[in-house]
Formats: sequence, structure tokens, C-alpha cells
Amino acid sequence: MKSKPTMLKILDIVTVLLLLAATTMVFFYAPLEAVMGQVQKVFYFHVAAGWVGMLSFLTAAFVGVMYLVKNDFKWDIVGLAAVEIGMVFAFINIVTGSIWARPIWNTWWTWDPRLTTATIMMLIYAAYLMLRAGIEDPNRRARFGAVYAIIGFLSVPLTFFSARLFRTIHPIVVGTNQPGAQGSFDMTPAMLQTFLFSLLVFTFIFIDLLWHRIRLGRLSSRVEQLKLKSLE
Amino acid sequence: MNGQGKTPDHISQAESIRSAAASKLEANVPSLSPGILKAVWAVVWKDLSAELRGREMLSAMLVFALLVIIIFNFALELDAKTRAAVTSGVLWVTFAFAGTLGLNRSMAMEKDRGCLDGLLLAPVDRSAIYFGKSISNLIFMLIVEAIVLPVYSVLYNTNLFKPGLLLVILLGSVGYIAVGTLLASMAVQTRTRDILLPILLFPVAVPVLIAAVKASSGFLEGIVFPEILPWLNLLIVYDIIFLAVSFMVFDYIVEE
Amino acid sequence: MNMDASASAIIRVNNLIKRFGLKTVLRGISFTVQPGEFVALLGPNGAGKTTFLRILSSLSKPASGQVLIAGHSLPSQASAVRSRIGVVSHQPLLYGDLSAYDNLRFYGRMYGIPSMDERITEVLELVGLLSRRRDLVRTFSRGMQQRLAIGRAVLHDPEIMLFDEPHTGLDQDACEMLDSVLSEVGARGRTVVMTSHNLSRAAGLATRFDVISRGLIVASTRQDNLNPGELLSFYNKATTKQ
Repeated sequence: MKSKPTMLKILDIVTVLLLLAATTMVFFYAPLEAVMGQVQKVFYFHVAAGWVGMLSFLTAAFVGVMYLVKNDFKWDIVGLAAVEIGMVFAFINIVTGSIWARPIWNTWWTWDPRLTTATIMMLIYAAYLMLRAGIEDPNRRARFGAVYAIIGFLSVPLTFFSARLFRTIHPIVVGTNQPGAQGSFDMTPAMLQTFLFSLLVFTFIFIDLLWHRIRLGRLSSRVEQLKLKSLE
Repeated sequence: MNGQGKTPDHISQAESIRSAAASKLEANVPSLSPGILKAVWAVVWKDLSAELRGREMLSAMLVFALLVIIIFNFALELDAKTRAAVTSGVLWVTFAFAGTLGLNRSMAMEKDRGCLDGLLLAPVDRSAIYFGKSISNLIFMLIVEAIVLPVYSVLYNTNLFKPGLLLVILLGSVGYIAVGTLLASMAVQTRTRDILLPILLFPVAVPVLIAAVKASSGFLEGIVFPEILPWLNLLIVYDIIFLAVSFMVFDYIVEE
Repeated sequence: MNMDASASAIIRVNNLIKRFGLKTVLRGISFTVQPGEFVALLGPNGAGKTTFLRILSSLSKPASGQVLIAGHSLPSQASAVRSRIGVVSHQPLLYGDLSAYDNLRFYGRMYGIPSMDERITEVLELVGLLSRRRDLVRTFSRGMQQRLAIGRAVLHDPEIMLFDEPHTGLDQDACEMLDSVLSEVGARGRTVVMTSHNLSRAAGLATRFDVISRGLIVASTRQDNLNPGELLSFYNKATTKQ
């Protein structure tokens, strides 16, 4: 097995540096928000994590289609990698959302459309992994995974719309009428820069992790192959 | 293979019988392929016949649905006013769970005795299998809903027979079954089988359930139509998207 | 292999490869069957017999190689192939909650068979189940289900029959009955490919014996080349050669 390619090594270092830079920006560059205080800073990584969650979903659906069309296993490895990463980041998104909500609205959870959709997205990811776990044949596993990734991806926007429609017609029962993650504060330019930079950094993290996970997937395939060869 | 060039008797005899049979076949039957509609109808008829014989699945779905409704009564302990507000929620939760039972059973029937292979061996388009199963699944779900509605009306002294509600039930069931049939076909081919279907289906069916509940309560509470319309639109959009997509990917689920 | 034989062959397989994930199950099989032949495909478990038969029945797609059945290529012309083959696997492919008659009626519709009632009656008589036509299949013994399965497979009068270990799970009497149906089916000019690991049964039915081992056909011989009782030694020799 080849050792880590130079590009990946560089990407690793760059990603870590970027993450450090982003954290510094969040704590030292972005101003303190008037109403919410320190807690508001969770927002930057919260939204970025959510963004990665959605990016993963899109990736999984796209490679799902590619797998069905091309019937090449390499697409399947990417799909599984995307889902695993997406699940982690969706979880981070939800937890940071919760951390943000608690001091501001005095509740651990708001049924705000984005948070609700993120939770459902995470459940779809979990279902995807459980689906794969129940299948022995690798070809079927890849096919079913691809199909579910596509179906799941298509349902998420509809879930978001229905949750949002739900919200506009009925106010939330618990908590105040704050529009939650809609961004109830105005962003100063510094905030905006920090926000966009965080998005960029997290995208780098996504690509870096995805690459690592794909390598892992390929390595595990190789091991399987060697195992089969030795049994013959 | 005979190097001599002289074929043995029984083979040349077989040859002549075969060509005679073949020409007879060709004369009677230009092409053995029944066309999609006939095949869909055949599948639906098969499912209905099999079920009408023993009615096991329908009775299970019905008893389950009624039990759920009764449990809700004790679990939620509602007075008449609050109950009106949650009726649509209770109904749809019931339909969703009973629907899952039916979907599981319907696809398990094909897995049993290898029947899915039997369907795949027929010279018909795979979409005929998808539409046939979807239609019969829909019919079963509608039957259960048709029985639950009057029972609920009687038990809780409310009138559920508003035409708007019936429309919502139809649209919601169609969407639910469209995705459900596809996912059930997958679930039944895995090791975890029955347990997997709700896990796969519910997160993806959330838009249908939300829209169906909101539209149902809209009609029940007599809310003005323009406010219910967005929910109906959402239902229709969902139905169209998922019928189309499920039909397109179904091949990949059943073919190896 | 001479060109004439190849040209008239009703089944022609060339260099067929099939993989399950990373495992190669069929490693480049070449296989030719002339119309009217009854080929017994023998081999140990895991040799790839069922996989091979599933590919011939269009239920599975090859990774590479050519498969031609009755002039149609698989997998691209699978639909055309399906109407010309009849398949009996070790599962009956029948609906337990339907009667024998209704099962055949369903398949009759799926195959678009004309004058169905006559044909169904004909087939039920052939497999000796006419008296049980109104009974539900789940009340049938395994032997009866297998016979009805053959009925299902010949309903549309296919030229080619594919049997996957049809004797599995049957007792002596049921096997005898099945054999008489099988030989009648074979005698009507149909081409038959039957996988089996029951050598004695195969010996009485087939005109040709091919041995498949570890994903390849390792030996092939005609019935007339063998003396009675020689099949076992032929088979052993072929499988130990690996």
C-alpha cells in the first residue's frame, strides 16, 4: 500500500493551520455580540458543521448516482466515506445548536426548521449505515446504499420546507418566538468575514477527512482481496 | 460434440420435434410479452386474491390500528376539546405504523419461496412489478384507513367524513406507499428485514406525515382553504417526485 | 470446437466471468449446448453451478464475457431470452396462499399465454396435479410443489429448460416422480441444462455430463462415451485434477 501521498500530507498541515486560524478569528477577531455574548461564537462552527453535513449528503447522493450508472466500486467507497463524515458533522451541528440555544432561549432544543432537518438528516445517515450493515453481498450493499442516499437526499429539502411551513403557521409552543438559527442578530463585516472563513475551513476539513477515509476504504478492500487470495 | 458429422438418432429426432414445436409456437404467439398494464393488473390481482383467501395481513393491520387508537385514548387522556386538536396526529401515526406492517408482509410474500425470482423471470418490465406491488399495497392501506375512520368516529364521537380529509388520506397514502414499496423491497433482502423498514422509511416520509397531519387537521377544524393549500401542494409534489424516482431506481433494487 | 456446432448451438457462453465483490466465482467459462441436449452440470458445492445457472436464466449479470441464448445476447436482450427459457430452482417460486390453478393463472398472465385455461389444464395433467388444482400450495408436500414448479416452468412452452438441483429435499418416491416428469419434458425436444450433485439421478436423465469446479468447466463427456457406473469415476477424476 502506498504511503500517504505528498498532497495529502500538505493538505493535513494546511487544514490544521486553517483550523487554528479560524479558531483564533472566532475568539479574537470577531466582535462580541451585544445581546448574546460569548455563546454566540458557537454560531460560526455550528453553521459550518451544518454546511459540511449538507455537503456530505450531496456528495453521497451524487456518487450514488455515479455508482448506479458506472457500476464501479470506487464510487461506493466515496459514498460510505461521505455518509460517515456527514453523520459526525450533523451531530456536531445539532450539539452546538443545543449549546447555543440553552443560554439564549432557556431551552435545550428548539423545533426550528434547520435543526429539525439536521436531526432527520442524521437519522437518514444512521439508517444508511444500518442498511449496509445488514447486507453481505458487496455489490448489493453498494447498490442499496446508492439508492437510499439518493432517496434520502431528495427528501431532505422537502422535510425542510414542511418544517418551515409548520413554523410559519403555528408559533412554537415552548420557548419564545425567536426565529432560532435564522440569525437574529445583524452581522458586522468582521463577523461576516469570520463566518465565511469558517465555512471555508470546514470545507477543507471535509475534503481532508474524506480523502483519508477513502484511503482507508481502499486499504480495507485490499486487505479483503489479499485474504481471499490466501484462502485459495 | 461428434467429430464424425453424423448426429445420433435421438438428437436428430429431438431436432425435428423442436423445430415443429418452435414453428407451432411462433404461429400462435407472435411475441410472449404481455405488456405492462396487463402485468401490473396480474400482480395486483395476485396480491388481492392471496390476501382475500386468508385475510391474515389485513386482520393484523386492522387489529393493530385499533389497538393503537385505543392505547392513545388511555395514554393521552384527553378531554373532548384537546382531542379534536390531536385527532389527525393520532390517525396518521396509526396509519404509518399499520402501513409498515402491510408493506413488510407484502414484500415478505415475494421473498418467501423465492417468488421474487419468479417475477423477475417473466418477460415484463421491472416497473410492472413496482407498480403492481405499489397499487396492491395502496389498496390494503386504504382498506385499513376506510375501516379505522368510522371506528374512530364512533369511539370518539367526532365526524371524520369530510371530503377534504378523504382527499388528504388518499394523497398521503400514495406518497407513503410509493417510497415504502421501494424501501420495503430493499429491507426484505437484508439480514435485519422487518426491523429495518421503519428505520429507513420514517425519516424519509417525514414531509408526507407532516403535510398530511396539517392538512387533515385543517379540514377537520374547518380552516380556510387557502391556508390548507400549501400542505396539499407539498403532498402532491412529494407524491410526484417519489413515484418518479422510486420507479426509476426500482430496477437497481431487484436486479443483480 | 468446429464452426458448425457453434453456429447451431442454442446456448453459447464464451469466457464468462462473474465476481461477488472481490471474489471471482466464475473464471472464464466457455460452454456450448446444441438444441435437444440434456446437459447435467455436476460439481462440488461452491463450484459456481448455481451462479452459472442464474446468469443463464438472466437473473444475474455477468461481469464480462458473452452469453447467447437462442440467438439473444445477455444481459442486453434479457427480455427476449426470458420468454424462451423455463427455470426450476430449488425454491418452488410459487405463492403459498394461492391455489395451484391460480398460481399458474398468474404466471400465465405474466407470460401473456393465449387460451390459458386449456394450457393450464394441460400442464397440470402433465405434472399429475390436476386433482389438486384448487388446493392451496402451502398444503402441498415438497415433491408436489416441485412438480408444480416444473409446470410453471413449461407453461409458456420454452425451448430451453434450466433446472437448479431440482431433487433437493425430495424423498425417493418424489424423486422417481420428478424424474419421469423431467424425462418427458426433456423428450419433447427441449434443451435442458440441469445442475446436480446427485450423480445417480443425473446418470439416468442426461445425454451429456459437464463437470464444473472452482469456477471453470474442467471436463465434459457424452452419455454414450460412458459405461454404466463410470460416471462416478469420471467425476472424481475431474474434480481431483485440481
